[in-house]
Amino acid sequence: MVWVNAIVQGILLGGLYALFACGLSLMFGVMRVVNLAHGDLAVLAAYLALAVITGLHVPVLWSALVVAPLFGVVGYAVQRFVIQRSLDVSPLTTLLVTFGLSIVIQNALLEGVSANSRSLPTGWLASASFQVNSQLSIAYESVIVFSVAVVVLSSLQLFLSRARLGRQVRAAADDLEAASIVGVNVRHVYGIAAAIAFATVALAGVAFGMYSSFDPAAGPQRLIFAFEAVVIGGVGSLWGTLLGGMILGVAQVLGAQVDSSFGVLAGHLVFLVLLALRPNGLIPARLA
Amino acid sequence: MIESAPSATPQRVTRSRRSARWNAVAGAVAVAVLASLPYLVYANVTGVLVNLFILLSLATLWNLLAGYAGLISVGQQAYIGIGAYAVFVLADNGLSPFLAIPVAALVSGLVAVPASFLLLRLRREYFAIATWVVAEAVLLAVLRSDSLGGGTGATLRGLSDLDPALRQAYTYWAALAVAVATLLGTYLLLRSRVGLDLTAIRDNEIGARSVGVRVALAKGIVYFVAAAGAGAAGGVLIISQLFVQPTSVFSVQWSAYMIFVALIGGLGSIEGPIVGTVIFYMLQQTLADRGAWYLIILGSVAVLMAMWVPRGIWGLISDRFDLRLFPVGYFLHPARGAVKVKS
Repeated sequence: MVWVNAIVQGILLGGLYALFACGLSLMFGVMRVVNLAHGDLAVLAAYLALAVITGLHVPVLWSALVVAPLFGVVGYAVQRFVIQRSLDVSPLTTLLVTFGLSIVIQNALLEGVSANSRSLPTGWLASASFQVNSQLSIAYESVIVFSVAVVVLSSLQLFLSRARLGRQVRAAADDLEAASIVGVNVRHVYGIAAAIAFATVALAGVAFGMYSSFDPAAGPQRLIFAFEAVVIGGVGSLWGTLLGGMILGVAQVLGAQVDSSFGVLAGHLVFLVLLALRPNGLIPARLA
Repeated sequence: MIESAPSATPQRVTRSRRSARWNAVAGAVAVAVLASLPYLVYANVTGVLVNLFILLSLATLWNLLAGYAGLISVGQQAYIGIGAYAVFVLADNGLSPFLAIPVAALVSGLVAVPASFLLLRLRREYFAIATWVVAEAVLLAVLRSDSLGGGTGATLRGLSDLDPALRQAYTYWAALAVAVATLLGTYLLLRSRVGLDLTAIRDNEIGARSVGVRVALAKGIVYFVAAAGAGAAGGVLIISQLFVQPTSVFSVQWSAYMIFVALIGGLGSIEGPIVGTVIFYMLQQTLADRGAWYLIILGSVAVLMAMWVPRGIWGLISDRFDLRLFPVGYFLHPARGAVKVKS
């Protein structure tokens, strides 16, 4: 039963990782950009959510409704003014620039809010759970986060396959030049993709802040988890990302079951083994 | 292009020119002056320089990876840590820590060989994060290891019976030796056939592969050299601090330092990281009492440089003055009166 519990918790944790990773997956799938500041953006979002919660006295879920749209706007601007310029220099430059942004965000947070770790106040949600039996209980929080992840991934999938703008995003991802020939404003479409990615990372940041405490240096590890989920699942496949997140989550929880300090390492080892065996991921598909 | 063959306008090709030969003399004098510093200045100055030399070595090697082989690694801290812990273990077993530095370099290089089989197959973006994951995995493994001190860290033994002034001087010379070896090694590597392969890869990897450049071998050699050099730098680091903590020696902050220094100084030239290191230290010393601000400023400058001045400050200088301290390319001398023809 201990193992069943671990697997259930791992799958639910995987939902969080998938929510985290879908922005990374989208930006990599569309623009071939790995945003190395992804994890730090999530931490930044969590701090903003904390400010909203304490400033406006609203519950944690409402703060996400403020932070996510704000991040969407920021994402569009960052794409148009920073990432696009780096892409024009060379693909290599995007890695250097986003890494630089990551370090700047981390240290700016360190200066602004101190190194103390914080967490988002979740009120009664924190301790509420379904009691399945004496050894298996499922926290409401995990279920909410998992559901949000599935809803976000489904709407993203629907947007990309059905909406006009979504089709333009896929066109730009498949063949940039052909897309611009038939009238797609590629730079604008890239901006939209980045806006979506930033909004989802803000949601993920808030969700992560409910799950566990965060501090200014927490970003890189989150980026790594997100990237692992993307690569295990297969770049460009959103359902692959969900599967990747669940595999990573289960590996971590099972690893922690063996030895509490082995959890994260077990996740890394599973990732490295899968990277060696299946470098294109378990579901190697393009977007849609 | 083919019309302007050497027979039409006879040219002499050299790998050096008079000014470059004077540079070699100046370099030798500079090293001699730096080597005599422990006799001339107080230990706090050489202490600062030890850190500067460590960073110079790391940035030079990172530039070799990124600027020449196109490999963006965010995980070189793995090899810094392995080098530092190798010196710790060797010193524990009775070897002099200073003699342990070259062994530590070898250990780091040997660890890099199996890692490179996994990493070098990956695409650019995958490579960057996978190197980071490897560094994290090594850190987590060290944290779990009781014999290496776990999370509390490891204290270097074997230097306590040495006079502090002497120890500081030895440390300084070791750091200088590692920095000089790194610069000289990079220079010679880039002038060898591997250097030519790397230039071809940097300009067009698929094209290079198609004309028979040994892409995998060249990248493997560079990755090995960069890991070994980082191991040596890690060895100097633990000797200068006498103590190493896993979360700091395996910190991604090291990658930030290397990348910022190389970006500001200039990617793709040996001189760039030297210029970058000096700027880094001036900024760090100026803003020493302002916490993390030097990293914020440095990071912002590096980001702007990467976007708008991709060849860095040294790129600007060398274009303006046609200056090369470490000539790795070829000089063309249009022949007057055309006597000597060499293609």
